[in-house]
Amino acid sequence: MTMLKIENLHATVGGDREILKGLSLDVKPGEVHAIMGPNGAGKSTLGNIVAGREGYDVTAGRVEFDGADLLALEPEERAAAGVFLAFQYPVEIPGVNNTYFLRSALNAQRKARGEEELDSMQFLKLVREKLGVLHLDDRLLHRGVNEGFSGGEKKRNEIFQMAVLEPKLAILDETDSGLDIDALRQVADGVNALRSPDRAFLVITHYQRLLEYIKPDFVHVLADGRIVESGGPELALQLEAHGYEWLRERKVPEAVA
Amino acid sequence: MATLLESLASGFSGEGARRAALESALRDGLPHARTESWKYTSLRQLERRAFSPAPLPHAGVDAALVADIPAPRLVFANGRFDAGLSDLSGLPDGVRLLTMAQALAGDDPREYNVLGRSYERADEVFARLNAALADDGAVLRVAEGVAVAAPVHLVFIGLPAEGDLAWHSRHLIELRRGASATVIEHHLAGGDHAHLGNAIAHVHVAANATLRHARVQDESARATLVTRTDAVLARESSYRRLDLELGGALSRHELNVRLEGERAELVANGVLLASGRRHVDTRLGIDHIARDTRCELGWRGMAAGRGRAVFHGGIQIREGADGTDAQLSNKNLLLSDTAEIDTQPVLVIHADEVTAAHGATVGQLDDNAMFYLRSRGMPEPEARAMLTAAFVREPLVSVVETPDLRERLEARLDRAIAAQALA
Repeated sequence: MTMLKIENLHATVGGDREILKGLSLDVKPGEVHAIMGPNGAGKSTLGNIVAGREGYDVTAGRVEFDGADLLALEPEERAAAGVFLAFQYPVEIPGVNNTYFLRSALNAQRKARGEEELDSMQFLKLVREKLGVLHLDDRLLHRGVNEGFSGGEKKRNEIFQMAVLEPKLAILDETDSGLDIDALRQVADGVNALRSPDRAFLVITHYQRLLEYIKPDFVHVLADGRIVESGGPELALQLEAHGYEWLRERKVPEAVA
Repeated sequence: MATLLESLASGFSGEGARRAALESALRDGLPHARTESWKYTSLRQLERRAFSPAPLPHAGVDAALVADIPAPRLVFANGRFDAGLSDLSGLPDGVRLLTMAQALAGDDPREYNVLGRSYERADEVFARLNAALADDGAVLRVAEGVAVAAPVHLVFIGLPAEGDLAWHSRHLIELRRGASATVIEHHLAGGDHAHLGNAIAHVHVAANATLRHARVQDESARATLVTRTDAVLARESSYRRLDLELGGALSRHELNVRLEGERAELVANGVLLASGRRHVDTRLGIDHIARDTRCELGWRGMAAGRGRAVFHGGIQIREGADGTDAQLSNKNLLLSDTAEIDTQPVLVIHADEVTAAHGATVGQLDDNAMFYLRSRGMPEPEARAMLTAAFVREPLVSVVETPDLRERLEARLDRAIAAQALA
């Protein structure tokens, strides 16, 4: 059964500028989909709309998650339903303790799902379990959310939060940007440890590099607001070799129309 | 003549300097609306109200009010000393903690005669009223080189009474050379009341001394408080201060600090909460007189409902105060269309080679941070509460080093925010 079903999605930003122009995508549990494309193609917009960020207007099409209308839900309801967006630019929130925040978020989700909330001991146990996988310094947990974190630490903190929240669908928005090769590997290890038959990933990236470490099942090329090419991992390699210009020449007529 | 002044003067029987102070206060009256320093805080409503002098002795105070405030502590209720609730245990040698009334009645009243001491702008109306009418307050003196480990708590409780009362308090905190101490002022409500408190605190920090000073103003939502703190910092002294303005209907605080000795340092932060119809006004007058002095000032304000937060950050760097470093930041959250925030940083520089910066902002909660929290599953009200709490906690970080004390103060802030439905 399809977990995420996006049909002919059109969206504008700032009231008029159309960013998505008829995007369709099906994601099933256990699958890893890579979304590649040039800057300005609408990659981040896609992630933001699925997660529920304000500022976008969906003018046509629909997004279903486990059969329900995702666009009708508030961001926190989407999170409780199992959607997670790892931010391209994780937000620094001084004064909000990282651990306190994460426990509140997890318990809010559990409460929304009618599950038992975790007490601090249970939560600590969960945190210890997840920390090991990510090589994240546990001192960072006692700081403000992302406060004073390096670029790599912020991205690893996103993956750590994902590990604790255990979403059904994880969207990684350019998680590789600004990472050196070691940090990239650690992030990829974290993601790979979370792969499971029940969980799907949408990996948004500009470069093929991340996909060497997180092997996708499908690669989609997003250009000018719609998916213009889909294929297996070999598509990413072709893009890497020929660049996005190559794609422009290959655009199928109906995609251009 | 204003009802206010008439009521305050009734029954006055003082002589000499006190009488002269009262007469000049009555003659000159309250500040006019055009007076620059009162431009954003109108006294017109207060002017029409009458207050009776707080009676002696006051009614019994519920001990539960001070149950979580450890010794050593001095407790005052409606401006009157409460010996029963005060507890002076835990003070080391070299520390004198007593009331102004005790000091004035002591062997050498001149030593404590702060009522007659000269200080800047002593001719302002509330200062004059205080000079005429103040008859009690807290006195803390720490001898040379003495380090006081336990925080000294000064507790001021406003209690409901028949009619509206007025009290006038004068406090003195004096640290001699190389001494160090922590003072925490609590201004609490023992019930709903609409009294008027007029307090002046003189703070003297001698060379190489360190004073940590927190003031938590959490008075009744109908109370009026006019407070002035005048501090003088000597060479290489350090004054770290936190002001939390959480309660009151009208609370005006002037914090005047003279950095008179070279390399003296002031780190002062504060929080202004203005909800409902509350009016909170903080006015800083920081005066860099000696060279290589430093100040770092960070105030945060939050206004909701029809509340109004007024912040004036005045810094003067005098001629010859070269090498001064002055930093002022005032950030505000405006949470409703009917609330108002007036912020005014004023930097006057007459010296060379100074580093000075000031910034003031008024805004709403960061949308990006809101979305971040919600995308992780936090419902909007909780996300909002978390961000507002974080916003006002920030000033505590750099001035309250003790984790235990910081937690207690954070809890006070959280309670105030929840009580005023600011989140």
